[in-house]
Amino acid sequence: MSILEQAKQAAQGAAQSVIQKAVELAPESWLPGGKPDPLIHQKHGLIGKPVSRIDGPLKVQGKATFAAEFPMDGLLYASVAFSTVPKGRIASLDTSAAEAAPGVVLVMTYRNAPRMKPMPVFMSNAKAAGGDNLPVMQDDRIHWNGQPVALVLAETQEQADHAKSLIRVTYEAEPATTRFVEAKAQNTQPGLFMGQPMKQEIGDAEAALAAAPVKVDVTYTTPRHNHNAIEPHAATIVWQGDELLVHDASQAVTHTAWSLSEVFGIEESQVHVTSPYVGGGFGSKSLWQHQVLGAAAAKLTGRPVRIALSREGVYRMTGGRTLTEQRMAIGAAQDGRFEAIIHTGTVAMTHHNAMPEPFILPTRSAYAARTFKLDVEVTYLDMIANTFMRAPGESVGTFALESAVDEVAVALGMDPVALRMVNEPSEDPTEKKPFSSRNIVEAYRTGAERFGWTKRNPVPGSVRDGEWQVGMGVATSTYPYHRMPGGAARLTLTRDGRMKVEIAAHEMGMGTSTAQTQVTADRFGLQLDQVDFAYGDSFLPGQVLAGGSQQTASIGASVVAAQHAMVAELLKLAGNDSPLAGLRADEVGGMEGGLAKLDEPGRHETYASILSRAQRDEVAVVGSAPPPLETMHWSMHSWGAMFCEVRVNSVTGEVRVSRFLGSFDCGRILNAKTASSQFRGGIIMGLGMALMEETQFDERNGRIMNPSLAEYHVPVHLDVPEIDVMWTDIADPHAPMGARGIGEIGITGVGAAVANAIYNATGKRIRDLPITLDKLM
Amino acid sequence: MIPFTYARAANTADAVVHGSAAGAKYLGGGTNLVDLMREGIEHPAGLVDVSGLSRDITETDNGGVLIGAGVKNTALAENRLVRTRFPVLSRAIVAGASGQIRNMATVGGNILQRTRCTYFYDDTGSRCNKREPGQGCDAIDGFNRIHAILGASPSCVATHPSDMCVALAALDAVVHLEGAGGKTRRLPFTDLHLLPEGRPDVETVLEPGELITAVELPAQPMAARSTYRKVRDRSSYAFALVSVAASLEMDGATIGDVRLALGGVAHKPWRAWKAEEVLRSKAATQATFQAAAEAELADAVPLKDNGFKIELAKRTIIAVLGELSGVSA
Repeated sequence: MSILEQAKQAAQGAAQSVIQKAVELAPESWLPGGKPDPLIHQKHGLIGKPVSRIDGPLKVQGKATFAAEFPMDGLLYASVAFSTVPKGRIASLDTSAAEAAPGVVLVMTYRNAPRMKPMPVFMSNAKAAGGDNLPVMQDDRIHWNGQPVALVLAETQEQADHAKSLIRVTYEAEPATTRFVEAKAQNTQPGLFMGQPMKQEIGDAEAALAAAPVKVDVTYTTPRHNHNAIEPHAATIVWQGDELLVHDASQAVTHTAWSLSEVFGIEESQVHVTSPYVGGGFGSKSLWQHQVLGAAAAKLTGRPVRIALSREGVYRMTGGRTLTEQRMAIGAAQDGRFEAIIHTGTVAMTHHNAMPEPFILPTRSAYAARTFKLDVEVTYLDMIANTFMRAPGESVGTFALESAVDEVAVALGMDPVALRMVNEPSEDPTEKKPFSSRNIVEAYRTGAERFGWTKRNPVPGSVRDGEWQVGMGVATSTYPYHRMPGGAARLTLTRDGRMKVEIAAHEMGMGTSTAQTQVTADRFGLQLDQVDFAYGDSFLPGQVLAGGSQQTASIGASVVAAQHAMVAELLKLAGNDSPLAGLRADEVGGMEGGLAKLDEPGRHETYASILSRAQRDEVAVVGSAPPPLETMHWSMHSWGAMFCEVRVNSVTGEVRVSRFLGSFDCGRILNAKTASSQFRGGIIMGLGMALMEETQFDERNGRIMNPSLAEYHVPVHLDVPEIDVMWTDIADPHAPMGARGIGEIGITGVGAAVANAIYNATGKRIRDLPITLDKLM
Repeated sequence: MIPFTYARAANTADAVVHGSAAGAKYLGGGTNLVDLMREGIEHPAGLVDVSGLSRDITETDNGGVLIGAGVKNTALAENRLVRTRFPVLSRAIVAGASGQIRNMATVGGNILQRTRCTYFYDDTGSRCNKREPGQGCDAIDGFNRIHAILGASPSCVATHPSDMCVALAALDAVVHLEGAGGKTRRLPFTDLHLLPEGRPDVETVLEPGELITAVELPAQPMAARSTYRKVRDRSSYAFALVSVAASLEMDGATIGDVRLALGGVAHKPWRAWKAEEVLRSKAATQATFQAAAEAELADAVPLKDNGFKIELAKRTIIAVLGELSGVSA
C-alpha cells in the first residue's frame, strides 16, 4: 500500500463515513429556478469532516516532489543577474569572466537569447498568465530596477551563482518615474479591473456627505507588499524535440502552458506544465520571466534547466501588491444610517501590466447607503509589474472601509457592531441584485458572543494592565464567490470500483485534493480510499485557475457535469439484467459503491458489478462545467466578523495581538480541518499586513531594499496568538456543494480589526499601514 | 561564492599564524560571515576555523567569569554563573537571533558581526562606504529606520546589531587578544569597536591577524540586579530598534552605582557614560532617570526615518531604571 493510500485509509477511519441513502445528481446548471446541489443536505457523509490532508504524510517525509526537485539527467542550474537602474539601456555588458568560469555552459543575454514574443499578460486572454508583457531579454532596454539582464547556466548552482557575480554591466540611465507623489501629480487614469471600469456613482455622494450630520472623510494608505511563499518560485524545464516540459510551481498550469506556447510560437499541445505540489502561491505563482528564460536557455543548450529563484530573485523578478492611497468618506444620519459612502483613491501600476489594486471591491456590497461614489485611479511607475496578492482589493480596501466605519461609530457614540447591523442591506447596494446567501448578522451575533464583545469598554484608553493598554476591535471581512469559465473534469471508473478525478487544478497547500476527494466520494457513494484526485497537470481537462478563491466551485461544477455523463453511461452499460434496469439518470444516485434508485435504495448495483457484467475494465467520461451564470443573477459573497484584542505598550508603542476570533459565513464548509487552516493562515497574513509588512521600495531609484525574510517582516510564532475560528455553515443554495470558497477571506478585515482595537486601547487612530510602534509612541 | 581556503586551527598560536595571512578571516559559528560570503559582501581568501578553540567558561579568582571566545551563545546564556551574577548577559543573548543561530554562534563571532544596513547588503545596486570605502552612502537619504542616532558620520549611519555586546558594554567586560608572535593584550570592551568617522570599513581596533581569545567579566556585584530590554518591530527574530542593558546598585533611596548601555543606536555598542554620571549618587526618582536619559541623548541626530528612536531610547532607559530601582512612574 502506498503512503498516500495509508493516509487515506487512516483519514477514512477518522471520518467514519456513513452513507445511508443515495445522493441524487446535482443540477447541470446553477441558474435561477434550478434546485440546489443535493450534497448540501448530505449531513452524514465525508463533507464537513476534519479529514487530515491526504498529501500530509508525503510532505512530512519529504517525499512530495516540488518543482525544483525533479531529477533529470544532464541538468543545468540557472542564476540570474538583475539590473540596478529602473530605466535606460544597457551600455556595456562584459560576460567574458563568467563564460570562462568553471562549470559554465551558457551565459545568455539579449545578444544571444532566442527570439521570443512577450508573455501574454494576465487578463489579456482567458488563458494568459504573464505577469508582464515586456520583451524578455530581447533588447538592451531596462524597464525596472531588478529586471533580468543575464542568465548563467552551469553544472552546479554554486558555479552558476559564482559566474553570475563576475558579469559586469553598465547602464545608460534615463529619467525614470519612481516617486508615487510625482507620478500622481503628472497623470492618473481610471483603473479597469478585469476589463471593467471601477468608477461608479449612485446619487450625489459628495452632496449627501456634505449634508450628513455625522461624517468621516479621511485618507488611508497601505504600502507595497511581497508574497513570500515558503517555496520560492522554481521550475525544472526540458525540451523534448519541439515539445516543452515544465515542472513548475504554479497556480495556473493550463494558462502557463498556453502562454508559453505563445511566447515560443508553438502549439499549446506542445507545452506540458506540471505542478503537483506548490509551497504557497497567494497570487504570485503565475508566469513570470524566469520560466521563459529557463526555457530559452534550455533551448540554446539542448539540456534540461533548473531555475530556482533566490529569495532576492523572487523580489526582483516577481511582483507583489502595489501601494494604495484611499480616500474613505462616510456620511451618516443620527440613527447611524449611511447617507453617503465615498471610496476613491490612487494606486501605482506599470505600463506593462493591468492590475490596478481594486480596493473599492468590498465597498460595493458591504453596506446599504443612499449614495455611492467609487473610483480607483491609476498612476504609472517604472517598477516591476505589481500583481495579485491574497484578496487583491479586499485586503487593503477593507482596512480603509472598516476603519472608517469604526470612526463613524465613534463619532455617533454607537457600538460598531450595532452600526453595521443598522446598515445591513436587503440586496446588493450597488449591483442591485439579490444576495445568494448572506448571514453576516448571524456571524456577528455568534462571534460577538464567543469573543465576549460585550465586555469591551467603549471608552478608548480606559483598560490598562501595567504598562499595557488593552483594547478590542471588530471589522467585517468579505470576499466574493467566483467561478471562472473553463472548468472541466475527466472521471474514470475502474472495475475495482475506484473513481479517478482528473482536472487541471492546483494544490498549493490549501487542502484542495483532500476536500475534493471527500466531495467526490460522497457524490458517488464511495469511500475516501476509493477516490483518486489527480491535478496539477496542464494535459488534464479544464482550465482552473487557483485564484479568486474559485477552485472549489470550479472543480465542484466540473465533477457534477462529468457525473451526469458517467451515470448516463453506466445506466446504458447496466442494461436490462440490472436492478437499475429502466431507470433514468434523475432517478438514481450514488450509494454504497454504486448506483441506487433514489426512493427505492434496494434497487442498487455496485459500480464494480456494472463494469464486470459489461466486461469493461473502465469507463471514462469528460464533463464541462456550465458557464458561471449564477454570478449574473445573484450577488455572491462570503462574509465574516473579525474580533481582535490587542495590548499596546504605553512606553514603547509595541503592539501585541492577544486574542483573535474570525466568525465566517462562507456557505458550507467542506473540511473543518483544512478550512480552519485556511482561515487562520489568512488571519496571520492579515496580522502581518496590519503590523509589520512593508516592501521597502527606494523611491530614488525604484530598488527594493529588503528582499529577504530577515528584513521584510512577517509574523513570527510569538506574534500570533491563539486564533479562534467558527462558521455559520449555512449552505449557499446557488453554489456547488453550497460552498463559496475560503482561500482569501481570512486576510480581509484583519487590518481594520487590529487598527480599531488599537484605537480602543489607546485613543490613537492609525490610518497608515503597517502600524509600527513609532506611530503609537 | 569565490574560492577560498579553509584551515581548522589546532590552537591559538596556530590560528594566529594562519589568521595573519593576507585576506584571512577567523570563522566562528559562521552565522554571519558565511551569510555575507554567500551574499558576495565578504570574500576572504582563507577561513581559519577557531570555533573549536577556547570553549570554556571559568570562574576567576575575584568572582568574575572568563568566557572563551569559542563559547556558543546558547551555552553562555545557559551558564549558571552568568545567569545568577550577570543576568543582563543571559537576557541579552536570548533576546537575539533564534535558538538555531544561538546554538552555532560564538562569543567572538557575535562581537565581530557586521551591520544589517540593507544598503551594505546590496552589493550590486547600492553604494556603501563600509563595503567600498569612498563610494558614498545610500542609507543616509534612504531607508534608515534601523540606523544610528548617536555617533554617526557623513560616511556611515549603520548600527552594530548585537544584543550580547550591549550587555558586555554595560558589564565593563575586558577583551583578551592574541596577535602575531604570541603577543597578547587586554582591552576594555568599550574600546574595541570604533565609530565610523571617515573609515566605516574599519570597525574595531584589532590589528591584522589579532584574535579575540576570551572575554572577561570582572566581578560586578550589582550586576546581580541587571536586566536587558529590547524594543523591536516584532516579538522575536528582529534586530533592536533600541535596547537597554543596565545594572543598578541602590543605597537606600539613592542610586549607589549604575551601568547603562544602549543597542540599536550607534555604530558600536553604546555605553551610556553621560547618563551614568547623572545618575550616580542621586535620588532614584523619575526626574533623575529623565535627566539621565536627556543627557545621554542630547547629541542624538535623527535621520529621515529614525527620529522616533531618540524618544524611544529615553523612554526605555527610564522604564528600565524604574524597573531595577522599583521606582515606577
